[in-house]
Amino acid sequence: MEQADLRQWERQCIQEETPRCVAACPIHVDAKLFCSLMGQRRWDKAWQVLAKTMPLPGVLARLCDAPCESACVRKDAGGAVELGELERYCAENAKPVPPPKPLPSRGKRVAVVGDGMSGLSGAWEMARRGFDVTLYSSEPGRHLREALGERLPDGVLERELASLVTLGVRFDKEMKVSPSVLDSLLEEADAVFLDSDAISSDLLPAEVPDEITLGVPRLGLFVAPKGEASPVLQAAAGRRAANSIERFTQGVSMVSGREREGAYATRLFTSLEKVESVAPVAVESDSELTARDEARRCLQCECLECVKVCEYLRHYKSYPKVYVRQIYNNESIVMGTRQANTMINSCMLCGLCETVCPEDFDMAEVCLQARRTMVEKGKMPPSAHEFALRDMAFANGEQCVVAEHAPGADASEYAFFPGCQLTASDPDGVEKAYADLRGRIGNVGLLLHCCGAPAHWAGREDLEAETAASLVDKWEALGRPKLIVSCPSCVKTLRHQLPDAEITSHWSLLRAIGLPQGIAGGGAFAVNDPCAARHEPLMREDVRALLDQMEIAVTEPELTGQTTECCGYGGLLSEANPQLAKRVAQRRAAAADEDFVTYCVMCRDQMARVGKRAVHLYDLLFPARSRCACRPSPGYSDRRENRIRLRERLLRELWRKEMDGETDPADAIDVSFTEEALEAMDERRILKTDIRKVLLQARNSGKWFVHRETGRFLASFRPSIVTYWAVFENHEGGYLVHDAWSHRMRIKGGQP
Amino acid sequence: MSVIKVPEIDSVDWSCAACGEELVRRPVELEYLDSQFTVELPVCPQCNMVLIPKALALGKMHQVEQLLEDK
Repeated sequence: MEQADLRQWERQCIQEETPRCVAACPIHVDAKLFCSLMGQRRWDKAWQVLAKTMPLPGVLARLCDAPCESACVRKDAGGAVELGELERYCAENAKPVPPPKPLPSRGKRVAVVGDGMSGLSGAWEMARRGFDVTLYSSEPGRHLREALGERLPDGVLERELASLVTLGVRFDKEMKVSPSVLDSLLEEADAVFLDSDAISSDLLPAEVPDEITLGVPRLGLFVAPKGEASPVLQAAAGRRAANSIERFTQGVSMVSGREREGAYATRLFTSLEKVESVAPVAVESDSELTARDEARRCLQCECLECVKVCEYLRHYKSYPKVYVRQIYNNESIVMGTRQANTMINSCMLCGLCETVCPEDFDMAEVCLQARRTMVEKGKMPPSAHEFALRDMAFANGEQCVVAEHAPGADASEYAFFPGCQLTASDPDGVEKAYADLRGRIGNVGLLLHCCGAPAHWAGREDLEAETAASLVDKWEALGRPKLIVSCPSCVKTLRHQLPDAEITSHWSLLRAIGLPQGIAGGGAFAVNDPCAARHEPLMREDVRALLDQMEIAVTEPELTGQTTECCGYGGLLSEANPQLAKRVAQRRAAAADEDFVTYCVMCRDQMARVGKRAVHLYDLLFPARSRCACRPSPGYSDRRENRIRLRERLLRELWRKEMDGETDPADAIDVSFTEEALEAMDERRILKTDIRKVLLQARNSGKWFVHRETGRFLASFRPSIVTYWAVFENHEGGYLVHDAWSHRMRIKGGQP
Repeated sequence: MSVIKVPEIDSVDWSCAACGEELVRRPVELEYLDSQFTVELPVCPQCNMVLIPKALALGKMHQVEQLLEDK
């Protein structure tokens, strides 16, 4: 990832954008933080938030006309938070704070003429920035007092005037400023600021001040807009003048980068979905609870649309803008630990975040690119995806692959592509589906192969290309048939891997040709769309149409269709981070009370692994007694054996082909496993074939350990890059395995 | 290189079947992703066959493997 890419991604995530109230405030008071503190009855802390940003806070907080309220997101859910009332409550009840400590003197003199809100605010802002400010007014504060007197309790204005003195503002009450005096002030001082509404009109220049700078053609003179009625906009004019005078005296650009000085539009999105409408609470000056409750209506605006729906994004306790920086930093590490590797490998690449994000931020793209970079630089942790990639290689190996025309045919108009996981989990269903297709369509060939999705998810473009080449090869050899594909992930992947092939989902086809004989219809299910069907509205519709034809009552989980959730298998999460995958599966399992019906077998098996009853559509279309919603997910070894046996059975029975006699000597080892051993092996990704190799090696070498008490044996073998250990005993002429473990570290010194 | 000791592993229950020897603790060299360690592990004193106990393989050894993979 280049730095420019990082910036682009960071810009795209809006979580850190300014809340609408803060953006709408002409001086950008942190109203969100203010409300949060008020909601906790921390009045003094809340006051500090106002006093940090407001000039003459005791005055302004009481007079503020709260333009933020018209921008408040709560407006559409009961009514805007009444910020103005809360400010006044806080001003009345919080402990006053001393004025800010001014910066060291800049040695620049500024004259402020006029003591309205603009003039006083300008003087306040400039004094705190280290200007030597003189305020010309015969009776400082008189103008403000006359204008707004009864709205200010006694002593409030006097306190803020005293604060101005503390800040270093000098009051000149003697000098009566006339046009000629103004000329001399402009001569003597570095700049002059006029509060238009608090001076005699003969001092005002003829020109309207510039909107951005408040400057007029006369150099060094800055003028507040005349006739501004809003106190907070008057204060904002004082601040704008201070900003301009600071730039003016520094000799820098008067205009650049000032777009966000006043109120501006923000991109922050805050959803009102699930927000209960609550009417404003009338804030009473003597009731803490009314102020608290009104403040608590604040939504504490933020986006987090993606984090709300994704267990992965939630798990790492932040949001994409932060994650993308962590990923960028991860790539930049030369020496040291790459902390974000697991995070990068834990994204399910399911695309839900992009779908719900108002700005289409796609974490999948970020993580997939990061994985590819890791692979390219040789920094992908070897253990992350190796097991899945070995499984893919196995599915694409000679023991599993089939590419045949229909029995007795020498050409294929169609070829059935059930996908390697469906053949692994439900070989009987695949066999029946193929028989149904042959029976009703006729000339349908068979292509048993992996689509290459695991390679894609692992960032292994080399293996992806290798799989594509093998697929193209076999598809061409079959005469480029139209593919009938069951698995939504295969549909998605094959479109990329075999761009010239015409691909039809099995579900669309069944909708067109009608249901097969002997379906198990009726009943009620919640439909679970696989994440690969997110952008496949037709496929989703076809599936629902089939369910309808089968007279199945269907409910939809809250997140469904385009916004469906991944089961935890996508992106190889269950390999790279099994604990998180389990939580993801549990979350999805909790999305419906009914049994799930789905059309991705990995979804079905992931649900089964966390105890959620779920069926695959094949279970209903091609039912068998053994395939109920409660059946467990087959283990990894069984999945392999299912593929092998399916191939052997089909070749033998449909194509009358005999298997070649060459077998692995390890296959001849007679071994059984305890339930505990099988469970441990599945969790540790150890296959029965791995253990057979251990036992063969032990038998051939005569080397093993023996346990003093149990008499059980312990042997190890390292076929390639993982060392496997097995605890076993002799059992009925073969072996019974009790436990197994593995490690990747190599023992030096030639131990096999 | 200093020898890493793993006191928590307990392997006295195993002996070498072929040699009939009780295992002894000896420094053993382990290697993963260009890193090498010398760890005191149970070994047959006669044929030098090394035992990696389950608790070590699934515990500390696994942690170190993960750590090295992220280097």
